[in-house]
Order: sequence, then structure tokens, then C-alpha cells
Amino acid sequence: MCIKKGISAAIALARYDQNIMGEEVKLFRTWSSPFALRIVWALGIKAIEYETVFEDISNKSPSLLQCNPVHGKVPVLLHNGTPIAESLVILEYIDETWKQAPLLPVDPHERAMARFWAKFGDDKVLGSIWSVFIKQGKEQEEAMVPAMENLKFLEEELKGKKFFGGETIGFVDLALGWLANLIGLLEEIVGLKVVDGEKLPLLSAWMQEFGDAPIIRDNWPARDGMILKFQALRDATIAAASK
Amino acid sequence: MADEIMLLDWWSSMFGMRVRIALVEKGLKYESREEDLNNKSPLLLEMNPVHTKIPVLIHNGKPICESPIIVEYIDEVWKDKSPLLPTDPYQRAHARFWADYIDNKIFQLGGKIWTRKGEDQEAAKKELMECLKILEGELGEKPFFGGENFGFVDVSLVTFSCWFYAYESFGNFSIEAECPKLIAWTKRCLQKSSVSSSLPDPLKIHDFVVQLRKKFGIE
Repeated sequence: MCIKKGISAAIALARYDQNIMGEEVKLFRTWSSPFALRIVWALGIKAIEYETVFEDISNKSPSLLQCNPVHGKVPVLLHNGTPIAESLVILEYIDETWKQAPLLPVDPHERAMARFWAKFGDDKVLGSIWSVFIKQGKEQEEAMVPAMENLKFLEEELKGKKFFGGETIGFVDLALGWLANLIGLLEEIVGLKVVDGEKLPLLSAWMQEFGDAPIIRDNWPARDGMILKFQALRDATIAAASK
Repeated sequence: MADEIMLLDWWSSMFGMRVRIALVEKGLKYESREEDLNNKSPLLLEMNPVHTKIPVLIHNGKPICESPIIVEYIDEVWKDKSPLLPTDPYQRAHARFWADYIDNKIFQLGGKIWTRKGEDQEAAKKELMECLKILEGELGEKPFFGGENFGFVDVSLVTFSCWFYAYESFGNFSIEAECPKLIAWTKRCLQKSSVSSSLPDPLKIHDFVVQLRKKFGIE
């Protein structure tokens, strides 16, 4: 109870400070980008007020290209006119700039482990799940092997914890959060169970717990739109591969 | 209590070199263990079960993996000497952005140059030079990417410099011709003992690549 009151007080104070300082925070995103969602969640958890700029990837705005000339991608956070790009870099920036509701732990080794799992998610898990999604038949079966190995590492990491961050949502939860939404969608599209509640009970429970948290639940992109988009992506990829 | 620091490493790894540089910058004593990547030690498999790769830093028995994460860890734990990351959050984000850029581009492109031929190789060369030019632009007139002082981005990129000669030989091109300021920066970095003691001789790297090409049947 005392901890909760403490966090609410910190957030209220931070909001007061933000208004007094006249801080301007803008987020460039697309409606569906899982990387941009991480930033939406982080800003929500820290109760930071911001303006959203929705980008059309087929017709990027001059502002986006000016803010991220190297990659031209979303998300980009613009803080008082200064751009920060790359979602995990942005998360760390947000955590260092607004100290309420910390996302990363204090202990250096725990911080290193959090960064490790976030990177593992991006470097390995994402690609391996995608491979399962865009393949068919025997190739899909073979792609399941590394995907399941990667998910098992995450299952191990959740032992004794409600979230990857412990009792509360943290850096790794936000980095892996795309799993809680996308896995279900992809499973529906390909008709294949990837995260089985019996084989991966902790990961299943986490997907539920994380997905139900208000800040997370209230910001999922429209389900119908996501199904259409990913079905189209799968069809296009399969068609290109068979040429 | 004395810190026990061990580094599981491989002599030609640009990623291992980053950790060596950071440890020397901080004046730390450590035990270095050379892994046989064809016969990985039980210790490596235990300390990095997810990737089974080097470098792994083992600090008082606890492992830290992935070179940029290891370098940040070293910088956070031994923060009083030779800081590698700045204190300002935006400057830190800027440094992490460029380290991430380096990690996503240079290794794969460099690797393609010495493993592929024909169009594939030409495409990799072109893209590598574009990336190095972008990095040279980011360096600008500063002595180091970190500004006046050698920093996180410098550590991330300089370790590729000992591989440049191999890339240039097998790709038949000159990095200095198109990025003279970048090469001048590598020489500036090599004047630091942390860098010169951590990077192997480019000729040794070149000979190693010759052996690898023979092993993989690349002509």
C-alpha cells in the first residue's frame, strides 16, 4: 500500500513538473508497429503527456525523415525538439529522463540481464517466430524448433516471477510485450499453437497478466486491422518465396 | 574484497576486443581465457547457455554476455575512472544509437566481403562504404565519437579497424581513399594503450581469414 501511494505521488509530482517546465514530448509511430507500442506503454506507465504523430510508412513525413535521417523508421521520440530513435534506446532515455515508475533495476548486474533479455527478444525470438509464421508444411515444422528453444529460455527466466521485471512491469516486459498480442494473432492466422499453456505455462500466464494490465490492454492496435495486415504479409511472403 | 574478473574470449573477435579495451581503460586486472570455438568449454556453455558465444565477462562468478551490454556494465560498476558513456541522457541515447548502428551493419557487411564473390561482394562493399561514410559524418571534426574523450561509440567501432586490411585485400578496395578522416581516427585511437594492447596485428587477422577461406572452400 505504501509503495503504491509512493509511486502515485511520484507520478503526480512528475506531471506537475512537466507542466511547469513546458516540456514537449512527441511520438512518431504507426498504428501497428510493435516497436512504437513499447514507447506508448512506457510513456503511459510514467504518466508522461505527449502528442502522437501517426505516420504512413508508404509516405513518410518530412518531419520523420528529418528526425531519423539514418533509418527513416518509427518510433522516434521528440523531446523538446530533440529526436531519439531505436525503441530500446528510447526506452532507456525515457527511464533516465523521467525517474518515476522505473523500468530498469538499480543493480548493475540486474540491469545487464534486463538489457540481455530485451536484446535476445529482438535478435532471436522475433525472427524465429516470424519464420514459423511465414512458412508452410515441413519448413514450418523445422522453423518451430528454434522458435520453441527461444521461448523455453523465456519460460525459464520467468521462474518465480509474475513479470520479467519481478512484481511490476519493467524494461524486459515492454521489450517482449509484442508476444502477448502478436502470438495469438499469428496462431489464429496459421492455425498453429505456438505458446501452449501446458508446455509453456509461465509464458502463457505472463501473456495474460501483461496483456490485462490497463496501460497495455488499452493500447493494443485494432485486432481486425492486425489480422488483415499480417494475413496479407504472410500471403505476400509465401508468394514471393515460391517464385 | 578483491574483484574476480574473468573474460572468455577469442583473439580475433571484434566483440571480445571491445571488452578488453574497456577493462584496460578502467585499469582492471582480469584473467583472460581463450576459448576453442570448435570445442566450447563447459564454463562457456554454463555462463552463456542462450548463445554459447564469446565474449562473456564473469564478475565475482556472475556472467554478463553481449559486448555492448558488457561494456555498459563495466562503465556502470567502475564509474569513477575513464567514463565511456556521458552523463546526459540525450548524449547517452545518441551513443547507444550509433553503437547499435555499428552492430547492425559492419560485421555482416565485412563478413560478406571476404566470404562472397561477384555481385554479392560488390553490393556488400558498396554498402559498407556507405555506412563508413555515414559514421565518418557523425565523427565530423571531433577527435573521437565521444567528443574530446574516447567513449562508447569509439570502443564499438575501433575494434573493426584491425579487420579493415582483410576486408580491403579480399574486396580489392581502399577504405582510406574514401574515408580518410575515419582512418585518421583509427590511428588516433591506436595511440591509446587500451586500444593498441587489445587489437591484434591486421596482418595476423588477414592470415587468419586466408585460413578460414581455405577451410570454407572459398576461392
